[in-house]
Amino acid sequence: MTAASTIDWNTIREDFPILRERAHGHPLIYFDSAATSQKPRAVIEALRNFYEHDNANVHRGLHTLSSRATEAYEKARQRVAQYIGAASAEEIIFTRGTTESINLVAQTWGGEFISEGDVILLTVMEHHSNLVPWQLLAERTGARLRFVPVRDDGTLELEKLSSLLTPEVKLFAFTYISNSLGTINPVAELCEKAHSIGALTLVDAAQSIGHLPFNVRELGCDLLAFSGHKMCGPTGIGVMYARAEILDSMPPWHGGGEMIVSVALEKSTFKKAPHRFEAGTPNIAGAIGLAAAIDYIEGIGRPAIFEHDSQLARYAAERLAELPGTRIFGPKEERGALVGFVMDAAHPHDLTTFADQYGLAMRGGHHCNQPLMRRFGVSGTTRASFYFYNTTEEIDRMIKILHAAVRFFS
Amino acid sequence: MFRFGQCDNRVRGAFVFMIPEIEELYQEVILDHSRRPRNFGELPDAAVRVHGDNPACGDEIHLAVKFDAGGGLEDIKFSGHGCAISQASASLMTMKLKGKSRAEVMEMLHAFHDLVTDESSEAPKSLGDLRVMQGVRKFPQRVKCAMLAWRAVEQALEQGAGEATVSTEPV
Repeated sequence: MTAASTIDWNTIREDFPILRERAHGHPLIYFDSAATSQKPRAVIEALRNFYEHDNANVHRGLHTLSSRATEAYEKARQRVAQYIGAASAEEIIFTRGTTESINLVAQTWGGEFISEGDVILLTVMEHHSNLVPWQLLAERTGARLRFVPVRDDGTLELEKLSSLLTPEVKLFAFTYISNSLGTINPVAELCEKAHSIGALTLVDAAQSIGHLPFNVRELGCDLLAFSGHKMCGPTGIGVMYARAEILDSMPPWHGGGEMIVSVALEKSTFKKAPHRFEAGTPNIAGAIGLAAAIDYIEGIGRPAIFEHDSQLARYAAERLAELPGTRIFGPKEERGALVGFVMDAAHPHDLTTFADQYGLAMRGGHHCNQPLMRRFGVSGTTRASFYFYNTTEEIDRMIKILHAAVRFFS
Repeated sequence: MFRFGQCDNRVRGAFVFMIPEIEELYQEVILDHSRRPRNFGELPDAAVRVHGDNPACGDEIHLAVKFDAGGGLEDIKFSGHGCAISQASASLMTMKLKGKSRAEVMEMLHAFHDLVTDESSEAPKSLGDLRVMQGVRKFPQRVKCAMLAWRAVEQALEQGAGEATVSTEPV
């Protein structure tokens, strides 16, 4: 008996009103959850409920609604802390998403601790959001970037790590699951190796946060970034997790209301984390929606979700291999909930346009992974990405549509 | 036993029928030009070379143009890679523009832009074969693919000589 076998995935589809939509007259097949996931009714209701009953600004009003809003917002912070295994809610900073979280670290921590000659270690498979902020930091400070190469099978060249992890490396920032290859990186091992030379670690958890169970303290990462919208939550809310002592060492980022203790005309004093990093009115409803998403996901259980999603991805990779002239990217055995591929018959954009006419939503292009695409000698791929509301029947339908595309374009 | 959810019966249909919008977008002429692009290759004595880029999808075109004494397009060739729409558009464009004056090229550029963007526009006969690209107007996200080669030729005329780059995104 596996975790996934005890769940009625059929009923779960009914929690997602959007799955009843049609596209171009066909039932929607949504294979773009790596870009953004769909939202269950529970999350939509949580947002609605907040705006209908509790809406007020947080941390400043003495009235009833403000107390309720503040309580719900801070409860959401606790819920996130619990979900990722943080030591305390004070280690959770709400941001707009993964990209903003990484920029926050690059600008505050990076601005404080990175100087000329230092090295930021990244990997060739990083999403632009875990690459460009470090390029900007390097330009500003004179630091250098270094990259762990990627093997043909889509895994990291771990044997190169020891020569790359030299004492100049101050931070090793890497993705948990590649958004183009589906590679699941050995996060705990990477963190341990980085710590052995005194470097901090930042994990981009955008593609893993809603898919597999993990605990930041077991992984041993120092910082971790993710978005709510890829895990059934609303857009515009994300999280930057950092160990308390790192947060305490970081200067404020945006200045404004909410993050100060007292303000004089010439100088201000600042709150402690997390509020020091949350200037202005935060995305209150977003945080509450994120907590609802966590409740929803935990109601199903991450082990079952991971089992279901990776079975879908493995099945899709197997079936795609039946198609003529198709190259599949990423590891064969263990992979996250997505498959990237290219077909001799048609360019990714032609394939996705074709598929869309049959109600099949996939993504074609470079997936914010231009250096990785170059590494594999392609300008882009087509990506089918899955979540627990997808089915094998939908994958079978995808294969039929792709067969039709091969016939049409060849 | 692992159980997956079921979905709408129509998803499990045995056949995938062709869809009119797809056949209108990818007309046989377009597929033919994308599979066997004309005027594809190098132009050693080109006066101007333009590198065109569609950063949204990574498509690239290298356009080479040679002018005649009157400033018209004596010869034009392209290379690069991209989707069927961008390749076919470039191929059809080079066939159409060879031997045309500057004024004619600019006129055609505007007419072609209208053709692929404006639902209400009546395709002028002067566009000839290029009218097969009309299906693009129903796919706004593909307009940049169709326009890539045209942006490059516009840049080539503006530049007149040497090398240039052009992008479908403002830089």
